[in-house]
Amino acid sequence: MEKLLFKGGRIIDPANGIDKILDISVESGKIAAVGEDLGSAGFKVIDVKDKVLTPGLVDMHVHLREPGREDEETIESGCRAAAVGGFTAIACMPNTNPVNDDSSVTEMIIDKSKAANLITVYPVAAITKGLEGKELSEMGELLQAGAVAFSDDGKCVENDRVMRRALEYSRMFNVSLISHSESGELSAGGQINEGYYSTILGLKGVPSAAEEIAIARDIVLAELTGARIHFTHVSTRGSVRMIEDAKKRGLQVTCDVTPHHLTLTDEALIEYDTNCKVNPPLRTKDDVEALHKALAEGVIDAIASDHAPHALHEKEVEFSAASFGMIGLETTLPLMLTKIVGNGILSLTQLIEKFTIAPARVLNINKGTLSIGSDADIIVIDTKAKVKVDTDNFLSKSKNSPFNGWELNGAADCVVAGGKIIVEDRKLVNLNPMRNV
Amino acid sequence: MVLEKKNLLSIKDLKKEEIQYVLELAESFREVSTRDIKKIPTLRGRTIVNLFIEPSTRTRTSFELAAKRLSADVVNISAKGSSLVKGESLKDTAKTIEALGADAVIIRHSSAGAAIFFAENVKCKVINAGDGAHEHPTQALLDLYTIKEKLGRINDLNVGIIGDIAHSRVARSNISVLNKMGAKVTLIAPPTLIPVKIEAMGAEVAYDFDRVIGKFDVIYMLRIQTERQNESLFPSIREYAKLFGLNLERLKKAKKDVLIMHPGPMNRGIEISSEVADIPQTVAAEQVTNGLGIRMAVLYLLLGGGAVGEVAV
Repeated sequence: MEKLLFKGGRIIDPANGIDKILDISVESGKIAAVGEDLGSAGFKVIDVKDKVLTPGLVDMHVHLREPGREDEETIESGCRAAAVGGFTAIACMPNTNPVNDDSSVTEMIIDKSKAANLITVYPVAAITKGLEGKELSEMGELLQAGAVAFSDDGKCVENDRVMRRALEYSRMFNVSLISHSESGELSAGGQINEGYYSTILGLKGVPSAAEEIAIARDIVLAELTGARIHFTHVSTRGSVRMIEDAKKRGLQVTCDVTPHHLTLTDEALIEYDTNCKVNPPLRTKDDVEALHKALAEGVIDAIASDHAPHALHEKEVEFSAASFGMIGLETTLPLMLTKIVGNGILSLTQLIEKFTIAPARVLNINKGTLSIGSDADIIVIDTKAKVKVDTDNFLSKSKNSPFNGWELNGAADCVVAGGKIIVEDRKLVNLNPMRNV
Repeated sequence: MVLEKKNLLSIKDLKKEEIQYVLELAESFREVSTRDIKKIPTLRGRTIVNLFIEPSTRTRTSFELAAKRLSADVVNISAKGSSLVKGESLKDTAKTIEALGADAVIIRHSSAGAAIFFAENVKCKVINAGDGAHEHPTQALLDLYTIKEKLGRINDLNVGIIGDIAHSRVARSNISVLNKMGAKVTLIAPPTLIPVKIEAMGAEVAYDFDRVIGKFDVIYMLRIQTERQNESLFPSIREYAKLFGLNLERLKKAKKDVLIMHPGPMNRGIEISSEVADIPQTVAAEQVTNGLGIRMAVLYLLLGGGAVGEVAV
């Protein structure tokens, strides 16, 4: 394996509190040294002057659709999309067909992701068998197979008793349960956020309360059980208020937010754009402001894409028939650099933390850091790069992004995963020339 | 006059002057319906498709007659008889109808936004004949026409709309257009049937019908869908009729010459008592008649254009 030396870049490594112009070297797939004027003998030297180097990004909420919907995404295509997006580690949700509630599925995902030979995929296994909310999945066995957390994402574990037992049981493994918080009774039939736009568009609304009631319950159960709970895709002012309170009281509560909930409001639905139909729905300006504040104050730990690929025929339909979800792996970093750092909501260092060490801690994975000896997952960000989003160029098999045509600033120029350069000049390096992908 | 927008998907597509023009044109077309030979050659050779994916009798018939009186060829497609029941997507239905050479499609669909989606997929003209709880623009136009005909103006009138506002496309289109034309709208229903933030569309909300009934120049009763009771949106039909139904007793508190409207179909004994339904102030049947003229005007404007004087009547 080639020895790499990145010279003269601005190293941002929130895990180690580093934000400085330094050199960084990579040997045998690991970070070898971080320091000033590192010697270059025997290294392939990469000049990264005026660029930002950070740990490879971690996306803790991705739908890879394999097994079951390989027409929408595969483990391989998802890995490719992630790589060009700057992500070197992703966690994939278990709502596949079959559901990842069995170690054979977990193992298959890991095997296929290794065969893709790009980035690291961490399976999130189901909390309950078949995502049915009734019986607990075999958590111990799933963890041994390589799962890192549990979630019934896409569905809420509606039964209070089952959720209590799941939290209690998970405690012995010290893993996070990732809660998709939604009261199904309150959200039933809902298409977009309940508010002015649902009213004028004549669409059934999903009230904020549908999410907040579920979060309130899970906070109460986290307190009862002492377990770790992570709320994914939080979207309302009330949600972050309760999570802030729970954190202040010392509960083991974390949460993430999606890029779309940080940048779009329900006004985006005015033309019935099915690419803006997501669950939880895009909320109001007031909610977005609350999310920005919670992000800046650390109430929100991580940003996760909720990359949800859908076939064209599931989106090119009348609004009520369209599937929920949008993709995000290839837009998230430029979007957040432009709209969150560019608009002064977070500093660049704070943003990188939400994409690296923070989600890595939630998942208990050794990623998201440039510590000596850790996996050499590094990205080189050109913060001045001009990016025009073009879904036709996406490596994801799906195109359901409302950001098509947006002009953004900043992208990952070069991506190193496990010491190998997998993306160069924003293009995937062909590591497997014999494979037809 | 040529309309600015190619389609009529929402009542918001029409500017105030355009609305006034449609009403004038409807007036001149109404005369056609009183002739022995109720037909003019204006749209001869044009093909109009009535695509009614949600069942409807009065709106479909009204559009069909309007098109036929303008000598257009009309094809009716309903959900039952179409390939939509075989799983064809609305996009493919749109492409198919376009490929058959339709000049205009009139679409009724149970999903809000369906007319907009359909229009995105065809080059021909599209008229929204009701999409879910979103809009029903020709209904709003015919209601406007009826009010103007009966009361001589729209501006400054007090209009009460009573009933299931939450699920009503008629209410949404009417609130919009009445506001645009200067009327004041009050919505009356239990809070469970009032959608959130409806006030922002330009309407007041009241819950006590008896207290506000006296101020109205127009009382617009909406049909209450009895199946809503199962969703616990109100406790019983009986209680609904008692609190929000229009009967002779309640009508005593209203202005003497108040205009009573209903888009149909009526539930006699629920939102409107049979006695009230049959008094001369109740103009439901005239609304239907006026609908014909309005739809002729809309079809003419979208497919023909030209000034009223140019219409070969």
